[in-house]
Amino acid sequence: MKIEMKKITKSFGANRVLEGVDFTVESGEVHALMGENGAGKSTLMNILTGLYQANSGEILVDGQPTTYSGPMEAEQHGISFIHQEMNNFLEMSVVDNMFLNKELRTKFGLMDNKAMREQAAHYLSLLGAKLDVEQPIGNLSVGRQQMVEIAKSLMTDAKIIIMDEPTAALTETEIDQLFGVVRRLKEKGVGFIYISHRMEEIFEIADKVTVMRDGLSITEYATKDVTMKQLVKDMVGREIDDFYPDRTPDHGPVAMEVKGLTENGVFKDVSFTVHQGEILGFSGLMGAGRTEIMRAIFGIDKYQSGEILLDGKPVKIRDPQDAIRHNIGFLTENRKDEGLILEDSLHDNIVLPSIDGFVKHGLVDDKATDEFVRMLMKRLTVKAMEPDVSAGSLSGGNQQKVVLAKWIGSGSKVLILDEPTRGVDVGAKREIYDLMNELTDRHVAIIMISSDLPEVLGMSDRIAVVYEGKITGILDGKTATQESIMTLATGGVEEHAGAI
Amino acid sequence: MQEQSKAKTSSKIDVKKIFSRLGPLLALVVLVILVTIMSPTFVSPANLLNLLRQVSINAVIAFGMTFVILTGGIDLSVGSILALSGAVTASMLASGFAAPLALLAGLVLGAIFGLLNGILIAYGKAAPFIATLATMTIFRGATYVFTNGNPITGAKMNSSFLFQFMGRGYLFGIPFPIIIMLVAYGVLFVLLHKTSFGRKTYALGGNETAARIAGVRTKMVTMLIYTISGLMAAIAGIILTSRLSSAQPDAGTSYEMDAIAAVVLGGTSLAGGKGRIFGTLIGALIIGTLNNGMNLLGISSFYQQIVKGIVILIAVLLDRRSSNNG
Repeated sequence: MKIEMKKITKSFGANRVLEGVDFTVESGEVHALMGENGAGKSTLMNILTGLYQANSGEILVDGQPTTYSGPMEAEQHGISFIHQEMNNFLEMSVVDNMFLNKELRTKFGLMDNKAMREQAAHYLSLLGAKLDVEQPIGNLSVGRQQMVEIAKSLMTDAKIIIMDEPTAALTETEIDQLFGVVRRLKEKGVGFIYISHRMEEIFEIADKVTVMRDGLSITEYATKDVTMKQLVKDMVGREIDDFYPDRTPDHGPVAMEVKGLTENGVFKDVSFTVHQGEILGFSGLMGAGRTEIMRAIFGIDKYQSGEILLDGKPVKIRDPQDAIRHNIGFLTENRKDEGLILEDSLHDNIVLPSIDGFVKHGLVDDKATDEFVRMLMKRLTVKAMEPDVSAGSLSGGNQQKVVLAKWIGSGSKVLILDEPTRGVDVGAKREIYDLMNELTDRHVAIIMISSDLPEVLGMSDRIAVVYEGKITGILDGKTATQESIMTLATGGVEEHAGAI
Repeated sequence: MQEQSKAKTSSKIDVKKIFSRLGPLLALVVLVILVTIMSPTFVSPANLLNLLRQVSINAVIAFGMTFVILTGGIDLSVGSILALSGAVTASMLASGFAAPLALLAGLVLGAIFGLLNGILIAYGKAAPFIATLATMTIFRGATYVFTNGNPITGAKMNSSFLFQFMGRGYLFGIPFPIIIMLVAYGVLFVLLHKTSFGRKTYALGGNETAARIAGVRTKMVTMLIYTISGLMAAIAGIILTSRLSSAQPDAGTSYEMDAIAAVVLGGTSLAGGKGRIFGTLIGALIIGTLNNGMNLLGISSFYQQIVKGIVILIAVLLDRRSSNNG
């Protein structure tokens, strides 16, 4: 089977996601698809399997123009998509998950459990996986569930298997097993589209590699003819414009020091300092553990060992209330689920972390909170008429400002910003950057997690890069480049990426 | 341009807000007018005071339930807490304890039962429905064990003026249960709308994760809220025991349903985060007016239940419609 995607273009509303992308894959090869988050990889695959329709361009399957009505039909024609999130029903058995919606029936129309068990075991054994197919699938490790997923594809006679970040949650041994299976199936003529961020894997398993960036397919290489350095350059290849305000950082003493923070399987031996008036960027790929580190520092999740010092003194933070009392603020990555109470008013949202400070004789001083909220809204130019409109009715940028107002209002001296400009339009972005500068001028220490490389480079004084739960390097913001960050973020080693 | 359109939507929201706030009150007014037309004796002062006294027990329970439902929870055990704490108070009185002590014991016990619910839900991470369904059964069983299945009554119990006064006394011509209801309303109104605890209650119901990250000690707030609910049930238990001059082991059976109905009729969302205690007061009055009105009209109690159920359904459907539009 040979699939050729030609000049594929796709827009969501005014947002153009793919612009004339070419991509080809055939039976018996592993073709890696690389690119930053948001480069358009998933969209391209969803167009191939019929979840989305392309605005223009064509898909040729063995030379015939083809479009599938959806993933179901694509699967029936031998193209199956193993998603990063596997969507298994964890309480249901392995065999029930494998045959969901394609159950085998006896001639009386009842489920043929025996045949399904036998088939499930058969396909799993082809992959060298021997397991009890009647146990709940939730008992299996993620690696084993992945095997089940591949077995499922084989069951539908897949000729092309798309794998999206299949190793994200696997152990070394499981990765070896997976690669063994991929190689064996390749020899039998199955083709793979392998989406991954991890350099070393690409070089180990892929025959070809295509790099996507900003909705374009930049280049296709045979893996043996390309270097890691070239791939990194293709992935990031953007210029930073002067979209970011100038920073004139004036660093004070260390505001927060983290020593050896560890939570098994999530992050390990994380140590860094952030000074008053400094912006410390946290870069890394999705799932590298950046958010988890910050959640632990803020007392939302537990950690096994390590120490947090504020102004040189060790502190114990058991829950967010403790963190707030120590003047730490945390703008979360997901403002709708974690940052805001959407149906509550701006006023109530902004006041919440500081509410106990407004209690007079046991009652909340409404006049004082109202003044406080109006002052903050004005300072942050939140474009809402009145503090009593609901937070859910605002635009993304204004919602983000409300969350910022919350943490500025609570007197944060260390402010953790997790993806502060995600889902925020360009104008509001610039306002948020200006605000960050204003805060650091007032000696607030800012830790900014961002997956947007230009943003990290444009705003950070120093940049900590996280790979698989570890800080692989802390770079100087002035000399760091997209390449040096991406190298550290994909587990590569670069000689001049010296730690500070 | 954009500013203008925003201003427009915000004024639209205000109209809707006012309407949804006044909706239950409007329904009550219409209901009162209807009942009055059909049976003019309804508006006689004697009947109205009687109605309010009937309403007081349900209203007191429903005030506590409002906090619980605002957090997205539910408390099914209130009827059983009412019975058990009422029985303990009655039995202490019957065996000669001083009335203030007996009353206090009943109240403290009710609060402890509520706290127990709160611990199960906050720390045991039990779903409120299941946790309080279980404790509802346990507390009811305990009441039967404690009373041997017989009503508790006796001369000593009825000789206490203070105890008698709770359910049957008058202050300035107003039945004392009504006064208790109004005081409870006032206190809980202030707690909900004027203290930081109240703000945290709304925050918890609106988005528990966001509330926790904003520094709300969600477990503490949850425990306190169920404690309040237990305490309110115990207060209702004392009123009822005093009214009947005896503690019945099956007292308060299915009272949780009337309380939930009052909260929902008052416009509080079962999903949590939205609602007001004023609405609950109105909701309790609607249920009371329905009961009282249908009694005056001589409608059989069998039909009364059907009508009550239908009214609750209509209220919920109307509420859904208005929230879907928004």
